[in-house]
Amino acid sequence: MAQANIRTNVRQIDGKASVLDIQGEINAFAENALMDAYTKATSHGARYIILNFSQLEYMNSSGIGLLVTLLIRANRQNQRLLAYGLSEHYRQIFELTRLNEAIAIYDNEEEALAAAK
Amino acid sequence: MESSNPQPVEPQGRDAAWAKPVSKLKVTGLSAGAINLNVDGRQLTGLMHGFGQLWQKTYKVRMSGANVTPKEVIQTWKKNFGKFWPKGNYFYSALGEIVPGEVAVLNLAGPLGITAPGGRPVISTGIMVIYADDESFSFMTPYGHMFAGMNTFSCYEDGGTVAQIQVLVRASDPLYEIGCRLGIVHKTEDDFWKQTLTNLAADFGVEGYVQQTTSLVDPKVQWSEAKNIWHNAAVRTGIYLLASPLRWIRNLARPNKA
Repeated sequence: MAQANIRTNVRQIDGKASVLDIQGEINAFAENALMDAYTKATSHGARYIILNFSQLEYMNSSGIGLLVTLLIRANRQNQRLLAYGLSEHYRQIFELTRLNEAIAIYDNEEEALAAAK
Repeated sequence: MESSNPQPVEPQGRDAAWAKPVSKLKVTGLSAGAINLNVDGRQLTGLMHGFGQLWQKTYKVRMSGANVTPKEVIQTWKKNFGKFWPKGNYFYSALGEIVPGEVAVLNLAGPLGITAPGGRPVISTGIMVIYADDESFSFMTPYGHMFAGMNTFSCYEDGGTVAQIQVLVRASDPLYEIGCRLGIVHKTEDDFWKQTLTNLAADFGVEGYVQQTTSLVDPKVQWSEAKNIWHNAAVRTGIYLLASPLRWIRNLARPNKA
């Protein structure tokens, strides 16, 4: 069976925001890593979770499904998902799947953090 | 002379498995007999744009005893997608194969296999292939379809080859949601995909047992999307079928064009 090829890192910026750095691939096997990282990112009460995709190598349609699950979880906990570092290709995927209407996309971390203030 | 306009970069390798975004769906090259309603000109619904509760369902069948790789299964599945559907349901696509960006028209039997007189399907809707590679492919649906969401069809190695369908969907509008709450729509969908996997396995000589897991991802309904009922494909197809005699009379009354 294929293995997860994702590494995550969580940075607590302040009491309101956390950045979740994603490196590698988001596919069906990334579920545990992604959900665990999200739990860590919100454990100190952060309301804004900023997904850093700048080191994303690949995402398939199962990965999009995971992001939707993450988004639902965030909405239910009154948290907001933001994103930055998406390549032009993955910006188009967000547009295709209309995830861009639910996850605000920014060009860089500074802009995403400013939106989270 | 070189153009100063930068050329768009075409996705390469694995990235080419994704379709390009479209603002509206366009149906082309359908075979005769297809009822082409509720697809052309429609927008895809996102996973966030349905009305009902969000469900994740996984159906899987183990290809026990078949000497077949996941890639071979997906290759066969993509080439013969509609062939594995339960009787009375039809998949019409111009290319006849699952490729990224392909828009297909679906003519479906109603809940519990109900059809119109003459065995005609009672729901015309569609899908767009948003992703397709050697190991999986995914669809999204337009407004009016029973479900807003995404279906992913995949195959993988897990002590043998396993074929899987995973749906992540909300009922599109209040009418479909009532059908879901009554269990009719869910049962119809469950039976549909279980039969599809059984037929797929049978194509490889396997008598498959389909396992299903279901989880409720979001129990809330989204009242802001109740307006989707305007696009309801079942209602619109029903009106189209009821008006068939009128169209027949109108065509008779028209003078023949040379």
